[in-house]
Amino acid sequence: MSHEAFPLDTDASNSVNASAKKARTTTILRLLQYSALRLLALFFTVAVGVYVTVLIANMGGYVDEIRRSQIREGVTMSVGLDPEFRKLPEETRNSIIEEKVRIAERRYGLDKPFIIRSFTYLKNALTLNLGFSESMSSDSGSRLVKNIILERLPSTLILFGSANLLLFFLSLSLGLSLSRHYGSFWDKVVLAMAPSSASPSWFYGLFLILLFAGLLGWLPFGGMVSAPPPENPIKYGLSLLRHMILPTLAMLISSIFMTIYSWRTFFLIYSSEDYVEMAKAKGLTNKMIERRYILRPTLPNIITNFALMLIVLWTGAIILETVFNWPGIGQLYFKAIGSFDIPVILANTVVYAYLLAITVFLLDFIYALVDPRVRVGEGSHN
Amino acid sequence: MNMLANHLRQIRQYPSAIVGLIIISLSIIVAIAVPIFIPYSEAVRLWRGGEEIWAESPRNAWPIWYNWIRSEKLPETIIFNSSEGDGELTEEALSKDTHEKLFIYKFDYHYNEFPPELILFSKSAFSEKQPHVEMTWYTPDGRELRAGSFSPGHSDSFRFSQDDRLQRRLERATGIDGILAEEALFDDPEQEGLQVLQGTYRLEIATLLFEPDSNIETTFVSYGLVQGLAGTDHQRRDLMIPLLWGTPIAIAFGLFAALGTTIITMGIAAIGVWYGGLLDAIIQRITEINSIIPLLPILIMVGTFYSRSIWLMLGLVIVFSIFGLGIKNYRAIFLQVRELPYIDAAKAYGASDMRIIFRYLVPRILPMIIPQMVTMVPSYVFLEASLAILGLGDPVLPTWGKIIEDANSQGALFNGFYYWILEPAFLLMVIGLGFAMVGFALDRIFNPRLREH
Repeated sequence: MSHEAFPLDTDASNSVNASAKKARTTTILRLLQYSALRLLALFFTVAVGVYVTVLIANMGGYVDEIRRSQIREGVTMSVGLDPEFRKLPEETRNSIIEEKVRIAERRYGLDKPFIIRSFTYLKNALTLNLGFSESMSSDSGSRLVKNIILERLPSTLILFGSANLLLFFLSLSLGLSLSRHYGSFWDKVVLAMAPSSASPSWFYGLFLILLFAGLLGWLPFGGMVSAPPPENPIKYGLSLLRHMILPTLAMLISSIFMTIYSWRTFFLIYSSEDYVEMAKAKGLTNKMIERRYILRPTLPNIITNFALMLIVLWTGAIILETVFNWPGIGQLYFKAIGSFDIPVILANTVVYAYLLAITVFLLDFIYALVDPRVRVGEGSHN
Repeated sequence: MNMLANHLRQIRQYPSAIVGLIIISLSIIVAIAVPIFIPYSEAVRLWRGGEEIWAESPRNAWPIWYNWIRSEKLPETIIFNSSEGDGELTEEALSKDTHEKLFIYKFDYHYNEFPPELILFSKSAFSEKQPHVEMTWYTPDGRELRAGSFSPGHSDSFRFSQDDRLQRRLERATGIDGILAEEALFDDPEQEGLQVLQGTYRLEIATLLFEPDSNIETTFVSYGLVQGLAGTDHQRRDLMIPLLWGTPIAIAFGLFAALGTTIITMGIAAIGVWYGGLLDAIIQRITEINSIIPLLPILIMVGTFYSRSIWLMLGLVIVFSIFGLGIKNYRAIFLQVRELPYIDAAKAYGASDMRIIFRYLVPRILPMIIPQMVTMVPSYVFLEASLAILGLGDPVLPTWGKIIEDANSQGALFNGFYYWILEPAFLLMVIGLGFAMVGFALDRIFNPRLREH
């Protein structure tokens, strides 16, 4: 810069402002473009994933065979029991049965080859057009699979959402503080306890029920609210909280030590970086170092970890909810297996696939927000 | 390899790892011994055999050691089997055709609780005329109670609490409506409320046989509230069988699944990195798709619709875990290793692709993989248990998960049968901890960056 440039200073700052604004718009555009691309790729992934699920669910036509024989049995029964048909000769009756079976199979789309049907299934599943259940119904009496699942989803979300958030922030902050007190007593305790995460949450759930519900009688054995549900919303909330304690505790015990341990190790690696030493040398406070020099650069990893944890917990829901009799989609799944309700089982699988996909997408999106490489457009190819 | 051995020697410095290793070796010994001493067919027969095999054991009995830790003693099972020569037997001919067999069963009862059931089983041989059985109950304080009479078929059982006449007599004798036969027979009338009268009881079973060739053998069972080292379940089965047989199954499932997935995943990641391009891209996309497919629900579907065989489940677990999240981690490491000079050297001397992958790439990351593999074993052991809890355990084999499933569905926690859940849970936890502790120690040995500053 030469000295003559001085009078133009205001102009220059204006242009800097303008270019900053421009940069921001391009950043947003790039972000949108990136998200759209990811969304597209992810949708494709979900489609393939669900299609594979449909293929597996059908076991190469195995389930269709079950349904065909069910239809045939039903038709034969109804024809056999009808006094009008009973008088007819054997052959006519058989041809009537065949005709009825054919109509019923056509109604369920079983006359088309499996490949075509599999795509119909895929389309229905992806559009969440989940059809009717075979034997289960929602509490409001609906037989629509969608209603059954939607009714159950909030209770799963409330339990697993709050437990997850608690676990995440607790382990993050404890891990960070342990990494600053490396080798202390609590550090050793966490290290020693880390193998306890080998057992899943339902396992600790059994012990907790035994102790707090069975022996001590302080907390309920399971369920979501006491029966009958309290009318007063405050009492309802308290009852809900009381029922949430044990399952949340089970989830915490089964993962907290391992999570703290891995965070602590992770932060330990990052806090030995040169730029952290530099910040220390500058005399910055501990809090500042933690926030600016440790947490900020590791944010993408933290978020990835959070999403992975969510995925693991989604799957764990099936058993934990069964053990705690929690009326969420996990328990619905369990009941659907018990009553052999194929549409509900399929629909649940699809919902799970979607939940996983949404988690992955949110992960990608937030990743894009916090990772400068993505924002600047360098690392957008994964 | 030498380095590997050196590392393994360091394990001695970790006490937790030594405990873990002891647990693992013990469980492997048990896992090998159990199928030898209780063959598969025998285990399945005992487990699936139903009431006939277990008729003489009580339902839901605590393990015997429960008595050692409590002051009020629970009754053990008392069995008198006349065909095995238990008790006293006197025979007397009454006429040409008729003769009498008198069984006297004498036993000490020094427990604080009533037995849950009393049953007399009889096996008799006759062509037309059924024998007649008349039972008399002598209490320690010298009372004499008519305990019931019946005419048994060829194989019959007399349940004391289900005989109406005995019930009415006992109600009259004790003055308590609806009293259980088991309680009334052992009750001390001098004490307030229901209290066991301890002492020597005598049951005399007089049987009249009306044919010269006719014969009868009786078995009297006073069921206990404790039985065996493991207790029994709701179908009277000894829990020792599934506890023992669960060990080889849990170990095999965990080890095979962990080994299978890790090795195959590593191989695929190495091949993808080495060949790169389209192959690598395909592997990456498959991994992404696979991350959307929920494993447990798939297993549940296959289990519900198709087959619940444990080996099929194992295969599926491996197939779906191969393209798991591990592939991305291994890939990242292989990408770095690929650039190292010794790989170039290998290329220069003309090593084949496969040789480079399996002789140079894969061994390089083994130290990182081995701890992971060991740590993964418990999660698969628990996966098997989880499937069993969902009712999708192997239909034939007795496993730990099956015990927990039975216990859970029978409300064991609610009804206070804690042993039923605690025993398998304890074993699961011990095995899980064993592998986890070794895995953690190995991790700190093989990845020394985190050990000490």
